[in-house]
Amino acid sequence: MSDDARDVVVANNLVMTFPGMTPKSPEIKAIDGLSLRIKAGKMTAFVGPDGAGKTTFQRLVTGLYLPTSGSLTVLGIDVTRNPQAVQNQISYMPQRFGLYEDLSIQENLDLYADLHGVPQEERQKRFQRLLAITDLASFTNRPAGKLSGGMKQKLGLACTLVRSPELLLLDEPSVGVDPLSRRDLWEIIGQLVKEEQLSVIVNTAYMDEAEQCSHVFILHQGKILDQGSPADLKSKADGLTWVVRKPPAMKTRVLQAKLLEQRQYITDAVPYGDWVRFICCQQKDIDKLRPSLDQYELHSRQPELEDAFMLLLHAAQGYDDQEITDFKQITMPTQQGSATDQDKPVIVVRDLVRRFGNFTAVDKTSFAVERGEIFGLLGPNGAGKTTTFRMLCGLLPASSGFLEVAGMNLRTARAQARAKIGYVSQKFALYGTLTVEENLTFFGGAYGLSGAHLKSRIKMMQEQFSLSGSARSEELPNGFKQRLSIAAALLHAPEIVFLDEPTSGLDPLARRMFWYTIGKLADQGVTMVITTHFMEEAEYCDRIVIQDAGKILALGTPDEVRRQAGMGENADMNRAFIAIVENARHATHSAKEGSSS
Amino acid sequence: MTSTSFIRRLISLIRKETRQLLRDKSNLAVGLLLPMVLILLFGYGLSFDLSNARIAVVVDQYSPQASSVLSGLSGSRYTSVTGYATMDEAEQALRHNETDAILHIPSDFAKKVAAGNAQILLILNGASTSVASSVKSYVTGAIATASAIEADRQGRNGVGAGVTIEQRMWFNESGNSTWFLVPGLIVLILTLIGAFLTALLIVRERERGTLESLFVTPVRPLELVLAKLVPYMILGFIDLVICLIAAHWLFEVPIRGSLLSIMASSLLYLLVSLALGLTISGYAESQFQASQIALIASFMPAMMLSGFVFDTRNLPMVIQVISQILPATHFMSLIKSLFLDGGSTKLLLKECAIMLLYAVVLINAARLSLRKRLK
Repeated sequence: MSDDARDVVVANNLVMTFPGMTPKSPEIKAIDGLSLRIKAGKMTAFVGPDGAGKTTFQRLVTGLYLPTSGSLTVLGIDVTRNPQAVQNQISYMPQRFGLYEDLSIQENLDLYADLHGVPQEERQKRFQRLLAITDLASFTNRPAGKLSGGMKQKLGLACTLVRSPELLLLDEPSVGVDPLSRRDLWEIIGQLVKEEQLSVIVNTAYMDEAEQCSHVFILHQGKILDQGSPADLKSKADGLTWVVRKPPAMKTRVLQAKLLEQRQYITDAVPYGDWVRFICCQQKDIDKLRPSLDQYELHSRQPELEDAFMLLLHAAQGYDDQEITDFKQITMPTQQGSATDQDKPVIVVRDLVRRFGNFTAVDKTSFAVERGEIFGLLGPNGAGKTTTFRMLCGLLPASSGFLEVAGMNLRTARAQARAKIGYVSQKFALYGTLTVEENLTFFGGAYGLSGAHLKSRIKMMQEQFSLSGSARSEELPNGFKQRLSIAAALLHAPEIVFLDEPTSGLDPLARRMFWYTIGKLADQGVTMVITTHFMEEAEYCDRIVIQDAGKILALGTPDEVRRQAGMGENADMNRAFIAIVENARHATHSAKEGSSS
Repeated sequence: MTSTSFIRRLISLIRKETRQLLRDKSNLAVGLLLPMVLILLFGYGLSFDLSNARIAVVVDQYSPQASSVLSGLSGSRYTSVTGYATMDEAEQALRHNETDAILHIPSDFAKKVAAGNAQILLILNGASTSVASSVKSYVTGAIATASAIEADRQGRNGVGAGVTIEQRMWFNESGNSTWFLVPGLIVLILTLIGAFLTALLIVRERERGTLESLFVTPVRPLELVLAKLVPYMILGFIDLVICLIAAHWLFEVPIRGSLLSIMASSLLYLLVSLALGLTISGYAESQFQASQIALIASFMPAMMLSGFVFDTRNLPMVIQVISQILPATHFMSLIKSLFLDGGSTKLLLKECAIMLLYAVVLINAARLSLRKRLK
């Protein structure tokens, strides 16, 4: 057998360019001279920040893109010449799998089985098995459009696997899916791969998923940054990974920010309960750091894939050092609340209920948020976190209960309350064709600012967020769009800023910078309410609330939540989250069975 | 082996398209309800026939001659005559749109009639040209009749004696505009399905990401196109039958050509219309853009430029050329001819050949838009 027969994909000097966004802007090299071999019968992961070229590579392998230059052989076939022959043998699950929302689960499965020519006799057995492992067997008549996000993703996977393909391509199969569904999806993939000896190529943003693969490619700007087994890659961070404990009086993110500011020695630092994990640039750097850290408890720790990834990514890209120093200068706008209000909670929620028809989306929810707190709302899809969030910022009236925001009762004085809050929506609500300055002027006007006051506020925001005024906002990189939206929401000096999934679509480095900014703003007394589906980001929050089925399951600091899940301070938030949600579901389940018997 | 898997995939895709069509209520509203509304709207609401045109009459001096002219006008269901004492009042009425025309019979009318050089002033409201020209021809007719009667009564030649025009309208004997509009309505309705329904099919799949998943299967582009055509052909066939029933029983439009050629040519045009919709859908960037293009490139020209209402020969040269490019123009002239004069085999073959050519070209264009590459 030749080498090629054992390799499912062979790429040589592969290049794929796209025209720039405007005719004048330069063309984008999504894949830049990629040469690689992918082994048969193994699971291979591609990791990398958004825009690294992961999706483009899979689309090249499937023949959906024609490469600009270079050669690409898939299953021994030149895919550029004969894409259909490749497409006959592979299965591909795009990031948004194309389910027909008006067709039922069964009809979707039938369609893909027909298209792949799966014989009737094989089909029944396979369907039964797929439906069983995806837990969809009891809803086969339900239209796909009426499934939750996690269920849709499982159905997409099932449709992709209606037959056992020669090569399976999965493009971020668990993106936007809550931790529970994410774990389920990977169990399904793992089972089928083991049983059928499938060759799998998977793109992922999660390092724990990449760790389950036998080979990992780290992609950055269309090039391979590094590759190897997870163990090989981890060893690159040997001796560089440390963890430091915060003193009781300090907030974890304050310590994290302090570490991040030591750019010359520290590549990355992330909060983790009472601890901050960090990565040194070089082994000797820890000795230089020791004097400034000797007041804290310091340990070395085992490197993880994430550490290696951040190390490599930072070496290739780097933070914009300017950003860190800029953000140090952030001065928060004057607070509108009087001094006597300072100790009162800025948000008070009591017995909040929201119903949609017969469906109770939020059920008797109570909590309070202190001034200057970063407060996180977490929960699986459909848990009620978006509904809660919308009620808090006055976008959705409550069915019943008490809701006070910035000292205003939202049920009676919604307009006044709105003047005191800023809102950053999930998709940056910017006008793409307007410049940075025009956007800021518009949003300032919308909040009722005008004249010299508005001008000075805009100038202040531009300086703080290092935004140049003349750039068209659609041409900004994602991280800068994000900043512009935050700047727009801060123009009228709100007491509270609401951010809906602010970090989705940002690469890891941009996410670090985002949380750094948020921390600095909170230190100045601005209250931040944030939803996120990245569980590890809960660590940046002072307190979090976990919701499921409209009810609050856990409320407290990240460490308190971990303890509630019955886990020690080393447990990651993902596992704590899964444990809490499962315990609660189990409890309601047995309660129901108890009452019915 | 390949042909059996082709058939199997095709059937599966047709089943899928049909389910999607049936489950989306708005599709059915556009596909079945809208055609019925159009039939009723155009059949009853839009008519170019004159009825109850208001004529203000100012008679300076009554005479038997004047009365005989007036009796010809007032005894008709097409006009309603109101008398005014002075021209000033009548002009006022015209200005306030209380009347469509003024007929002024001067005081020396009777004398002039006797002398054979009588004149009547007819003032028309040019703001509404079609009403004006209808009133004009109606009044002219009434006066001619009146003077003929007068001449007959007096035993001598009347005004404009010597030559009389015997009018016969062929193919639409009563000059009924419904007869003329309803066959054209079939063109419009068949165009509508292509423009509003199939124009969304491909681009919707592209937007929702379903196309990307479909592409990486053994499915071929032609199968996707054919599967999308079949359910909408059936829907269009139902609309066609509704149109024919309405034409025959509701509006009593004569069907002089063979029903078979009407059906066959209609289905051929339906195929062209659907394929045009799919082609637009295949190359459009968004559903919104697709429906805009379909409206501007397919439905509006079919209504304005195909000869549905206005004869294309009166249009400027450039527009005539555009009109000839439209498949709707070819089907329009054929279907009107098939309904009203029975149509010639030569015309049938010629127009059908043109439509067949369009169908082949457009289906191919739609197929090419589904080549398995992402933009």
